[in-house]
Amino acid sequence: MQGLYAVFKKELQDHLSSYRIVILFALIAMVSFITSYMAAVHMRENLEGLASIRFPFLMLFSTPGAMFSMVQFVAFFGPLIGLILGFDAINRERTQGTLIKVISQPIYRDAVINGKFLAGVTIIAIMLTAIVLVISGFGLALVGVVPGIEEIWRVFIYLIISIFYIAFWLGLSILFSILFKSIATSALASVALWIFLSFFISLGAEVVANTVAPIDRKDGVQPEVVLENAHIKEMVSLSSPMVLYSGATATIIDPMRKTTRSIILMGPMEELLSARFKNPLPLGQSIVVVFPHIIALIAITLICFAISYVVFMLQEVRT
Amino acid sequence: MEPGIIIETTNLTKRYGRQTAVNGLSLKVKEGEIFGFLGPNGAGKTTTLLMLLGLSRPSKGSATVCGLNPVRMAKELKRHVGYLPENVGFYGDMDAVQSLQYVADLNGFTQVEAREKIDELLDLVGLKEEAKKKTAAFSRGMKQRLGVAEVLIKDPEVLFLDEPTLGLDPEGAIQLINLIRSLNREKRITVLLSSHNLHQVQKMSHRVGIMIGGDLIAEGSIDSLSEEKFGVGEKEYSLEEIYMKHFQEV
Repeated sequence: MQGLYAVFKKELQDHLSSYRIVILFALIAMVSFITSYMAAVHMRENLEGLASIRFPFLMLFSTPGAMFSMVQFVAFFGPLIGLILGFDAINRERTQGTLIKVISQPIYRDAVINGKFLAGVTIIAIMLTAIVLVISGFGLALVGVVPGIEEIWRVFIYLIISIFYIAFWLGLSILFSILFKSIATSALASVALWIFLSFFISLGAEVVANTVAPIDRKDGVQPEVVLENAHIKEMVSLSSPMVLYSGATATIIDPMRKTTRSIILMGPMEELLSARFKNPLPLGQSIVVVFPHIIALIAITLICFAISYVVFMLQEVRT
Repeated sequence: MEPGIIIETTNLTKRYGRQTAVNGLSLKVKEGEIFGFLGPNGAGKTTTLLMLLGLSRPSKGSATVCGLNPVRMAKELKRHVGYLPENVGFYGDMDAVQSLQYVADLNGFTQVEAREKIDELLDLVGLKEEAKKKTAAFSRGMKQRLGVAEVLIKDPEVLFLDEPTLGLDPEGAIQLINLIRSLNREKRITVLLSSHNLHQVQKMSHRVGIMIGGDLIAEGSIDSLSEEKFGVGEKEYSLEEIYMKHFQEV
């Protein structure tokens, strides 16, 4: 434990005093100010005069305004925080010759990787909490919305899911920093995977779906084929953590969303639910809807970290 | 283990794929001696040190260091053994004190203990003046001395030094050699060092082992090696002559 704590403390100090973190914080602060400002302006213009607004506080996070909402922003660019924190975690120590020095001290070898991961997660948690607090504060000041108990819970759950989501990317970049000896390679590999899983997965899903179940528009569209096509598309895109995360958080943040599925894939009960009942889902039900997403997200985070752990423990360290 | 023997290996072997880095090494190092490992680059000296420290798993054979098995008791063993790697690295943005502090933290020292120890060690290795200087600005000699200070924090019984004098200027090398000898004499630290500077090894070591291509081909005090190779004569042979004779034979 003493080794884990020493590594954790040192990594946290390093992170907090590095320029990397200053730049990242500046960027995040700017974006959270801008998105919350835009959301607030949008809400003021559009909700003027409405008698009762449901969950105005949550709208601060989910209203796109002119560009994108906070939730979308974290889904797209949150991974970058994780990658920046971890892409050189192990291979930098290796190239500067400090790794062997650290593991020849009386500590278990996993203390190094655990300490680095925990320090990264701590930074992520601080950042996201700061963002959420800034947005809440802005909402209070600009629009005058006060959160209710349920809204606070929803934001809290959103925060936890977001920390896991970014921690997944941190774990992935640490894995790459173990696998690749060169810092440039590990940075490029993690960015490449991020771009693929976040931006091109929908394209890939489309290609796969159209190959397996092509929709022939010439001689009449068969409903079964359309259904199968949509099914495959959903399955492929759910392999992207971003899709998992977006589905989960959008439902948590927006109580009016009753399902993560698209209209084609809804079952009869879901269809009925969204067509007939205009009431918001209670928090418990929102969680039930996205429970598989949350579990999958936590699972891939743990799997990713477990792989890095095993690889690092078995690797021979000479420098 | 026999009394007085602090490091013992039996048939220690390390293979990487088809290549054998260390081949059936059987060696005994006595408590309180300076043992010099000689050999060309790639002879398996570093691999041996890593196996003795539990950082590399032997393919065959076993070792005992300070009565502990490096494979199973690595963490406990690293309390007693200090290792100075060949190119010891430092975090460039830390100064000497912070660097030592981190090693002290990893060893589980309290703040107060560490403070005292760090002052004492900086004095010992002659870095008192440079205590607040960033390690990125350190010269090779200063880095090496800071490295020695770092391994001494835990009060080791055994020191593994991998090419300690490599790349040092003559004065720096002599200072370091004197430091190692005084540590051996005054604190009774057993030293296992690897080097290919024959002259320096001859100056420091009580016994030497010559390793070529993974095999330990000779072992003993310099006198006994000289006798073995050249027979008893009036002339005293230097380690260099013994080494070259072995080398030519292989």
